[in-house]
Amino acid sequence: MTPEMLLNLSIVILLIPILDFAFLIFFGKKLGRASGFIGTSVLGIDLILALIVAFVRLTQYPNETMQQYKFDWINLGNTSVTLGIGIDNLTAIMLIVVTLISFLVHLFSMEYMREDSRFSRFYAYLGLFTFSMLGIVIANNFLNMFIFWELVGVSSYLLIGFWYEKDSAANAGKKAFIVNRIGDLGFLIGLMIIYSTYGTFIFEDVFGKIHAGILPFNSGFWLTLMGILVFGGAIGKSAQFPLHVWLPDAMEGPTPVSALIHAATMVAAGVYLTARVYPMFTADALLFIAYIGALTAFIAATIAITQVDFKRVLAYSTVSQLGYMVMGLGVGAFTSGFMHLVTHAWFKALLFLASGSVIHAMHHSMHKAHNHDMDPQDIRNMGGLRKTMPITYITFLFATIAISGIPFTSGFLSKDGILAGTLAFGELSGHWFIPIAGFGAAAITAFYMFRLTIIAFHGKPKTSIAEHTHENNGFITIPLIILAVLSLWFFYSMNPLNPDEGWFHQRTQAPQSAVPASLMWNFMNPEKEINANENINVSNNRLHTISNELNKTGIPAFLVTHTLVSQPKVETEFKETLHHAHVPAMILSLIVAISGIILSFVYYQFKVYDPDSIVNLYPWLYKGSFNKWFFDEIYQATFINGTIGLAKVGAWFDFNVIDGIVNFVAAIGRGLGHITGIFDFHIIDGLVNLSAKISGWLGTALRKPQSGTIQAYLVLTVLGLVVLILLFI
Amino acid sequence: MFTFLGLGPLTWITFLPILGMIIILLIPSGEDDLAKAKSQNLYRWITVGVTFIQLVISIFLVLNFNLKFAGVNDPNSMQFVERANWIYLSGLPLLGNLKIQYFIGIDGISAPMVLLTTIVSFLATFASWNIKKSAKGYFSMYLLLVTGMMGVFVALDFFLFYVFWELMLLPMYFLIGIWGGANKEYAAIKFFLYTLFGSVFMLLVMIALYFAVGSFNMFDMMDFAKYSHSSILYGMGSNWRLIAFAALFVGFAIKVPSVPFHTWLPDAHVEAPTPISVILAGVLLKMGTYGMLRIAWPMFPDAVMYFQNWIAVIGLVSIVYGALCALGQFKFGKRDFKKLIAYSSVSHMGYVVLGMASMTTEGMVGAIFQMFNHGTITAMLFMIVGVIYDRAHTRGLDDFGGLANKMPVYTGIMTIAFFGAIGLPGLSGFVSEAMVFLGTFKTYPIYAMIAGSGIILGASYMLWALQKVFFGKLPERWSGPWDPTHKIYKTDDVNLVEKVALVPLVIIIIYLGINPNAMIGLMSNSVNHLIEFVKLSGQVAHL
Repeated sequence: MTPEMLLNLSIVILLIPILDFAFLIFFGKKLGRASGFIGTSVLGIDLILALIVAFVRLTQYPNETMQQYKFDWINLGNTSVTLGIGIDNLTAIMLIVVTLISFLVHLFSMEYMREDSRFSRFYAYLGLFTFSMLGIVIANNFLNMFIFWELVGVSSYLLIGFWYEKDSAANAGKKAFIVNRIGDLGFLIGLMIIYSTYGTFIFEDVFGKIHAGILPFNSGFWLTLMGILVFGGAIGKSAQFPLHVWLPDAMEGPTPVSALIHAATMVAAGVYLTARVYPMFTADALLFIAYIGALTAFIAATIAITQVDFKRVLAYSTVSQLGYMVMGLGVGAFTSGFMHLVTHAWFKALLFLASGSVIHAMHHSMHKAHNHDMDPQDIRNMGGLRKTMPITYITFLFATIAISGIPFTSGFLSKDGILAGTLAFGELSGHWFIPIAGFGAAAITAFYMFRLTIIAFHGKPKTSIAEHTHENNGFITIPLIILAVLSLWFFYSMNPLNPDEGWFHQRTQAPQSAVPASLMWNFMNPEKEINANENINVSNNRLHTISNELNKTGIPAFLVTHTLVSQPKVETEFKETLHHAHVPAMILSLIVAISGIILSFVYYQFKVYDPDSIVNLYPWLYKGSFNKWFFDEIYQATFINGTIGLAKVGAWFDFNVIDGIVNFVAAIGRGLGHITGIFDFHIIDGLVNLSAKISGWLGTALRKPQSGTIQAYLVLTVLGLVVLILLFI
Repeated sequence: MFTFLGLGPLTWITFLPILGMIIILLIPSGEDDLAKAKSQNLYRWITVGVTFIQLVISIFLVLNFNLKFAGVNDPNSMQFVERANWIYLSGLPLLGNLKIQYFIGIDGISAPMVLLTTIVSFLATFASWNIKKSAKGYFSMYLLLVTGMMGVFVALDFFLFYVFWELMLLPMYFLIGIWGGANKEYAAIKFFLYTLFGSVFMLLVMIALYFAVGSFNMFDMMDFAKYSHSSILYGMGSNWRLIAFAALFVGFAIKVPSVPFHTWLPDAHVEAPTPISVILAGVLLKMGTYGMLRIAWPMFPDAVMYFQNWIAVIGLVSIVYGALCALGQFKFGKRDFKKLIAYSSVSHMGYVVLGMASMTTEGMVGAIFQMFNHGTITAMLFMIVGVIYDRAHTRGLDDFGGLANKMPVYTGIMTIAFFGAIGLPGLSGFVSEAMVFLGTFKTYPIYAMIAGSGIILGASYMLWALQKVFFGKLPERWSGPWDPTHKIYKTDDVNLVEKVALVPLVIIIIYLGINPNAMIGLMSNSVNHLIEFVKLSGQVAHL
C-alpha cells in the first residue's frame, strides 16, 4: 500500500464517524433503537480500516518518519496557515486504541443505554467524539491538534451532561469544559508563541527550526515556557494536578462514556500531545512535566483510597495513572510512558465497563425490588458480586492485576518501564522525589484497587439488592472479555518481564530532542554522533525487501519482521542508566505492589485489622483524603469566587459608574436645559414681555390725554404755543 | 460593469430598500382587522422580496469580485465604482468650490460587510414576522435603515458616508422608541444622542479634512501630497492631526462600542425588538470598526501608529471588561438574556479593535473576519432569544430551565450559536479569534495573553446561560403548551419561519469554520495593502 493510500484511508477513517454523527442527529429519532446498530456497525467498519492502516504502517514503513499531507487552510496573501494530517507509528497505534475502544463502547451501550429516552442522541455524540479524537490522533501540526482538542472538549461536555435534567450532571459538564479551557488557554498561548516565532504549525517544521537554533524571543527561557504552555493543554485534558478536579465529577456521565472518554481515550490525549511534541521540550520543561506527573500520580492515589463510589475510585485511579504516563514522559522514559497510555486504555476501559456492568445489574436488581433510593454505585451496598456476576468479576480482576503491575500483564510492562525511568532519572538528576512518588503511588494503587475489588466483589452481599444481581448479556460481557485478553503481556512483547525486544518498544522509540544541547539534560544528549540517517535507510531497505518477500509468501510480516530489524539507536547516558535500572526497578515495584495487595487483603478480606482503626488514629488524614484534599473547596474560595466577585464588581461599576457618568452628563444637559428654560422664560421672554408691558403702560399713560374733546385740545394747543413762544423769544 | 436601467449594482443594492419603502407607504394599511392583516402580510413580503434581491445582488458582487484588486487608498482598484457629481457649487464665500460626489464602490474591506448586511437584513425580516403594531411604519423604517447601513459600507465620499451614517440613526431611533420594550424611550434617546455625540466629532474632522484637500473624496484625504500647506492637518504627526484622529476614533468607538463608550448598547439591546437587536448587533456595530478601517486608519496613519498601543489597550479592556460584566449579570442585575449577549458583544467587538491595533496581517484579517462572524453569530443569538421571548414573553434567565426537552431543535441550534460565540473550532468564530490572537501576539505578546482570559470567561458565562435555560428541570409554568390563550404556536419548538431565519446562519457559521478561506480570500489583499500603506506613511511621519 502506498503512503498516499494510507493517508487517504486515514481520512476516510476520520470522516466516517462524523458522517455517522450527522446522520444520527438528523434521522436518529425516527430510527430509534436501530441507530445503535448503525452506530456500532459504522464503528466496526472504522475499526477494520484502522486496523488495516495501522498494520500497514507498522509493518511496511516502521522506520519512516511521519507520512503526511499538507494543505493551505487560510491564505493571507503573504503568508498562509497550513494544516494537514500525518501517520506515524504513534498515530497507527492510537488509531487502533481509539477505534477499538469506541467500537466496544458502542457495543456495550446497546444494552447499557437501552432504556434511555435519548438513545440515538447518545450514539450521535459518541460518533462526534470518535471523530474529534481521531482528529487529534492524525494531526501533523499544532493547530489541527488544538482544533480537535476543543472539539473533543465539546463532545465530552455534551456526554458528561447527557442526563442534563440532573443539575449535578449539567454542572459537571460545565466544570469540565471550563477547567479544560484554562489548560487550553496555556495551549493557545503556546500556539501564539510558536506561530509568531516559526510562522508555521507543522510539527516537523517547528522542530526543525528549533533544531536550527531559532528560539522564541531568542531565549531558552521562552522555549521552556513554550513547552510548558503547550503542556498546559495536557494538564487540563489529562486531568493533571492542579487541574485534575474536573475528571472525578465527569463520572456523572453515562458509564460507557466514562470508559471511552474519561478513562481510555480523551484524557489520554494530553499524554499523546506531550509525546507528539516531545522534541520541543527543554530539560526544564521536562522536569516540570515530570514533577506534575509525579504529584498527580501520588495525590490522586491518596484520594482514591477512601472513596466509596465505585466510579469515583476508578476516576481517581485514572488521574493517578495519567500522572504516571506524564511522569514517564517527563523523566525521559518516552516509550514506556506512551505504552502505558495504550495498556492503560485497555484495562481502564475494562474497569469502567465492568463497573458499568455492575451498576447496570444493581439498577436492574433495584428495579425489581422497587427500591429507588439506594445508590447503585456505592460500594458499601455491594459485596459478593463474585458469585452473581462471574464474568464481570474475572475480567475486572484481570484489569486490577494489570493496573497493579503484576507480571504477565500489560500493565506490568509499561509501569515497570516508567518506574525504571524514574529511578534512572533520580539517579542522574538528583530529583529523587519523582521515583519516591512513583513507587509510593504504585503501592497505593495496588492497595486501593484490591480494596475496591474485595469490597465490591468478595465477601457476602451487603444488601439484598446486591444479592439478587445477575450477570449481564453478551453486549456487555463480550467487550469485557476482549479487553481482558488485551490486558495480557503477549500483545506487546513475548517476554513478560522485559518489553525492550517487543514490537511495541521497537516502533515507539523516543524521538530525538530538537532543543539545543545546552538546554537539554546532559545525560539525554547523544554521547556520540551516529550517522542515523544512513542507518535508517539501510534498515529500511532491508525491511522493504523482507516484507515484500513475506508478503509474497503470505506470512504476516507483522509478527516476523520485528525481530529482524534493529533500530538505529542514539546512545545516551540516560538510556544506559535506564537499562541498568530495569532490574532493580522491577524488583522494587513488585515488592511495593505485592505489599499493597497483601495489605489490602489483610484489611478488607481477612479483616485482621479494622481499617477504621487507622481512620481513628489519623482522622485528619482520612478527612483530607475523603474530601479530595479540599481542592474543590479551595478553588471555589479563591479562583471561582474571586472571578465572580470581580465580575460582580465589574457589573456594578458598569451600571453605576460608567453608565452613571453617561446619565450624569445627560442630567447635566437636562439641568442646563432647565436653567436655560427658566432663563428663557423669565429673563429673555421676560424682557420681551417687559418691553411689551412698557409700551402698554406708555400707551395707557399716553391714552389719557387723548380724550377726544375739542376744548381740551384747544387748551393744549394754546399752552403749547405759549411754551414755544416763551422758548424762542 | 453590469448595469440595470443605467444604474450599477451598488446603487441598486443601496437604494432598492428606499423603493420598497415608497411602495409600502403607498399601500393603505386598511381599516378593519382583515384588511390590516392582509396589508401587513403584503408589507412583510415586500420587505422579504427587497432584502432578498439585495442578497442576490451581494452574492453576485462577491462572485464577480476581483481578488487581485486591493482598493483601500487606490481609487483605480476599487470595484463596482459609480461616480457622479452630486452637489457642485462654485464661488461660495469662504468655502470656494463645494464638491460633493455620489461616489460608491467596494474593496476587500467593504465586500464582506456588504454581504453581511444583506444576509442579516434578509434574515431579520423573518424575525420581524410577528410585528403587529403599525406594520406599515415598521417595515418602511426597517427598509430605510437597511439603505442607511448599506450606504455606509459602499460610500467613498466622506460627505456621502456621513449622510448615510446619520440617515441610519433616524429609523433606528423610531424602531427602538416605538416597537421597543418597557423602557424604550430612554433607550432610544440614549442611543440617538450618544451616537449623535460621536458623529459631531466626525463632522468636525470631516470639515477640517475638507479644508485640507478641497474635496470630500476619501482618496484625496488619504493622499497627503494633496494637503494644503495652510491646513491645520498639514504635516504628518502634528498635534492637530493627533487630536483629529482621537476625535474620529471616539466617534467610531462609540458605535463599536468600545469600553468606556459602551453603556448605550445594553440598554438599546434590551429594549429593542428582536429584529432590531439582530440588526444592531449584526451590522450596526460593525459600522464603527469599519469606519476606523476605511477612514481613521488610512487618513491618519501617523496617528494610528502613535496611538497604536492605546487602541490595543482599549480593545483589550473591552474584551476582558465586557466578559466580566457579562459574567457579572448572573450575580448582579436582572439576569436579562439580552443584556448578557449585549455585554458579550462588547467583549467580542474588543477582539476586532485589538486585531486592528496589532497592524499585522493575521490580526487585521482576523478583525474583519471577526466583524463578519460576530455579525452572524450574535444575530443568531438575538434571534434565539426572540424565539423564546415571543413564546414566553420574558427574557429572564431565571424564568427558564429544562427547555432542551421541550424544544430539542431549538436547543440544537442554540448550542451551535453558543459554542460559536465561545469560539469553538469548526465554527467560524474560532478562526477569527485565533487569527486575532496570533496577530496580536506578534505586536503585543502580553496583551494577547491577557486577552486569552476572555476565552475562559466567555465559556463561563455562555455555558452558565445555556445551563440555566436549557438544562435542569422545566419550571411548572411552561409544562403546558406555550401561550395557551393565543395559541399562535402549533409546535412548542421552532416553527418554519424561525427555521428559515436560523438555519442559514447555522450553515454559514459551520461553513466558514471549516473553509474560512472563502471569506478571508476576499479581504487578504486589501488588508495587506492597508497595513503596508499605514505602516509606510505612519513611519515616514515619525522620521
